[in-house]
Amino acid sequence: MIKTDVLVIGAGPVGLFAVQQLGLIGLKAELVDNLDKIGGQCIELYPDKPIYDIPALPECTGRSLTNNLLEQIKPFKPNFHLNERVQEISKENNNWKIVTSGKKIFLAPNIIIAAGVGSFEPRKFQVKEAEKFENNGVFYSIKDKTYFKNKKVCIFGGGDSALDWAIELSKFSEVTLVHRRDEFRGAGHSASVARELEKEGKLKIKTPFQIKSIEGDKKISGITIRTEDGKIEKIDADYVLGFFGLIMKLGPIAEWGLNIEKKTIPVNTENFQTNKEGIFAIGDICTYPGKLKLILSGFHEGALAARACFKLAKPNEKYRFEFTTTSKTLQERLGVKKSD
Amino acid sequence: MPKIIYIEHNGKTHTVEVAKELSVMEGAVQNDIPGIDADCGGACACATCHIYVDEKWFDKLPKKQGSEEDMLDVAFEPNKFSRLGCQISVSDELDGLVVKMPSKQA
Repeated sequence: MIKTDVLVIGAGPVGLFAVQQLGLIGLKAELVDNLDKIGGQCIELYPDKPIYDIPALPECTGRSLTNNLLEQIKPFKPNFHLNERVQEISKENNNWKIVTSGKKIFLAPNIIIAAGVGSFEPRKFQVKEAEKFENNGVFYSIKDKTYFKNKKVCIFGGGDSALDWAIELSKFSEVTLVHRRDEFRGAGHSASVARELEKEGKLKIKTPFQIKSIEGDKKISGITIRTEDGKIEKIDADYVLGFFGLIMKLGPIAEWGLNIEKKTIPVNTENFQTNKEGIFAIGDICTYPGKLKLILSGFHEGALAARACFKLAKPNEKYRFEFTTTSKTLQERLGVKKSD
Repeated sequence: MPKIIYIEHNGKTHTVEVAKELSVMEGAVQNDIPGIDADCGGACACATCHIYVDEKWFDKLPKKQGSEEDMLDVAFEPNKFSRLGCQISVSDELDGLVVKMPSKQA
């Protein structure tokens, strides 16, 4: 069990800056994110796309923004719990008890939800048999490649993950790579390596095909693929892998008794508290009259939510407003105080 | 204002006026038309504003850019008339545009 002042759900830019604001006023935070890396949508969806509307940063990218925020919160040494999704929350005396998908338990008087559009989950096959075979023949990630040794493997997708795994598994498995169009969007080099392997007969490539059905009773025996014009082919397969990127899902947040409007959480604009005391929502996931889904709005929302967290985390202390420019206390917390 | 006709997967039709310069995605979201999620808010980064453009209209639209075709790879059941609503800007030329939504976005 981990006790903390504030549990922040979501390690995107808004969650990260909230940690800075919490740290300045002396509150400790723990961050949980379902991705395997820090940065949220900025790092998962557009690490290299330019952003031009962060105050005082004429131009940055999703990645550089994330790195700068990490630098900015370094003095507060927040703990990150990645690959963890918050599953359940419940009230325990004056605290919230929070349980994650990896069975980590947190106890905190405050929760700040900075979860964007929800947690990232793999996009799945749309054919109904895929669900039946999920984790028993159908996979969306690879943990141990030797599992596929000497097997017939069908890989779907046109990006880097699909290409890289097709190339890797072709060394010791019978691999067919299936993609909906003739061009691959993965790095040019991987695509040419894959085409080369195809010429050498070490890899089969089927385009422009999509999945039609998966056959088999207890185990997968094969799959059927189709083109848009109705051409159909059957392929023998033991395993089917889909690499279609990630999609955002609101997930368990919807089950915590919070008011939800169109996949967002209504808050008041005084402190960004939800309908539950001690649970705040900031960034893209919150809504209120005039809400703008901009990163800069999320920074402001986090600053105000942090002050409200103080009251519940330290009920016997008085919060004092101070400037980082002049306050010795804040500069000590930032680790920048010069000795007189 | 140009009229855009959105047809839900179940056939329910919504004809709405959409201000020029807005995207076909924004036109749907602002008018509470179901079937377009637009999770990323219009950054061509999520493929949840996927639509099928009416055959007669498809060739009249400005062509897809590379990143849109890349995102369509991960859309739900794309076909040759697939586009992303966030990448189509509404204009006078598109008055009467008909788009259909897939049965789901992801």
